[in-house]
Amino acid sequence: MIQFDQVYKRYPNGREALAGVSFKVARGDMAFLTGHSGAGKSSILKLIGLIERPTRGRVIVDGRSTDSIKAGSIPQFRRQIGMVFQDHKLLHDRPVADNVALPLIIAGIARREIDKRVRAALDQVGLLGKERSRPLELSTGEQQRVGIARAVVAKPPLLIADEPTGNLDPDLALEVMRLFKRFNDVGVTVIVATHDVHLIDQFGARRIILGEGRVAVETPP
Amino acid sequence: MNLRAYGLRHAQTFVGALGRIAAAPLGALMTMAVIGIALALPLCLVVFLQNARAATAGWNDAFDLSVYLVKSADLARTRDIATEIQKRGDVATVQVVTATAALAQFRKDSGFGAALDALQDNPLPNTLIVTPALAASTPAGTAALRTAIAAIADVDKVQIDTAWVERLLAMIDLLRRVALLTAGLLGIGVVLIVGNTIRLDILNRRTEIEVMKLVGGSDGFARRPFLYGGLCYGFGGGVLALVLVGAATAAVAAPVARLAGLYGSRFQLTGLDFSTGIAVLAAASLLGWVGSWIAATHHIRAINPS
Ligand SMILES: Nc1ncnc2c1ncn2[C@@H]1O[C@H](COP(=O)(O)OP(=O)(O)OP(=O)(O)O)[C@@H](O)[C@H]1O
Ligand SMILES: [Mg+2]
Repeated sequence: MIQFDQVYKRYPNGREALAGVSFKVARGDMAFLTGHSGAGKSSILKLIGLIERPTRGRVIVDGRSTDSIKAGSIPQFRRQIGMVFQDHKLLHDRPVADNVALPLIIAGIARREIDKRVRAALDQVGLLGKERSRPLELSTGEQQRVGIARAVVAKPPLLIADEPTGNLDPDLALEVMRLFKRFNDVGVTVIVATHDVHLIDQFGARRIILGEGRVAVETPP
Repeated sequence: MNLRAYGLRHAQTFVGALGRIAAAPLGALMTMAVIGIALALPLCLVVFLQNARAATAGWNDAFDLSVYLVKSADLARTRDIATEIQKRGDVATVQVVTATAALAQFRKDSGFGAALDALQDNPLPNTLIVTPALAASTPAGTAALRTAIAAIADVDKVQIDTAWVERLLAMIDLLRRVALLTAGLLGIGVVLIVGNTIRLDILNRRTEIEVMKLVGGSDGFARRPFLYGGLCYGFGGGVLALVLVGAATAAVAAPVARLAGLYGSRFQLTGLDFSTGIAVLAAASLLGWVGSWIAATHHIRAINPS
């Protein structure tokens, strides 16, 4: 599903975030991306979501090299990826339900169907009853879960999450990780970037540990 | 996606755009006011021209010919000539003004009574006032008539005063062109005004557009509410322009009626008619749409999430 082939990423300020990263995540797999702060976890996820382009090397998503995807096709490409962002990226002037509904609205799903699926997604992250709240009226952990609900609501075949448990207490963090595991169990390919090593110790999934802009350690699945 | 869902989505976006305008009414009203004033200017010219045309349509007598006979032609001969001219197909009426009547009228109008008394003879000839038939009431028609009348024996001189009418018509034509040109320029102005407002709207909603793009929204999807916004700005500006023109028409209607009354005319000022009003609203909405389309397409493409 995902393949990185000697990928380099140098930002315009000259900072080299990735220096020859190679790894593979097969379809239906779950993998944790770890490493110290600044190791390049977010950078890798941004390359998968085409938010950034690699300076060198190849990123292959679902059998397609991302350098063959033109700007005009990016929206279509992103619709098959559920993305959870480190800084949530919510619309602050819209209620929670609208935020979660956004991918479905973009996909042109009928309103009745949207309401049903939004409630189901909010139920999964334990936010049923918060539909009408504005994101800023929620705690950071709750906002994070709104972001997760939005990422999964359209049932994408690939889910990438950047520090999805960063602001959650241990119980809730475990609950959210189990949620990702459940998605993985029904065939969704899942990549989670996190530095919470204790949490992922409880899951048998594969780990890709970054250091110095490279893959330092890769545990077998 | 079926058609109903598509229509519903558009309706929702449209309501959303209206909601945003209602949420920040001052800026939106300013934009609409600028558009309204910009559109009102050429519209006022249009109203002026429309009324000028209506007013001059009844001015056929402006093409009247004054036929001066030779001094030796007596009243009987004058009547003969009048009958002869009256028979022509391109003549509506012929009025005889005798030398005596002309002198009396002149004495009354000029105030030179005493000076005229000093004259022994009446210096004025007998005169005919010829009004051409409607079909001949053109510069060319009256010119032909003039030549024909001038050829009749005992006719001394034929005068037409069409020059000022022609000047007036030329002036109206010029104004029509000016109105078109102003409308064109101010139309471009409206596109730019809406474009600039939409640009600011987009800058204000930058994060929102980034989020839409991150979850797979196309540029077209992000653009849609701004297009409706531009449509609203244009429509609102059009309504305001009609109100302004209506107010201006009402304000000058009474003075115009009084002026017309002084000229013995029952001319009344007419405002824009219904279909023109609808056309103005449609054109204003279209300009708003075009302005927002250009600005939104350009500025939304430039926004890339990070
Ligand atoms: N847009 C950017 N412009 C310049 N440098 C950047 C940019 N984004 C990231 N970097 C740099 O690239 C390096 C890797 O950043 P990245 O965000 O991928 O790390 P990370 O592993 O996600 O860290 P964290 O755990 O703190 O989120 C960092 O040194 C960062 O300063
Ligand atoms: Mg990060």
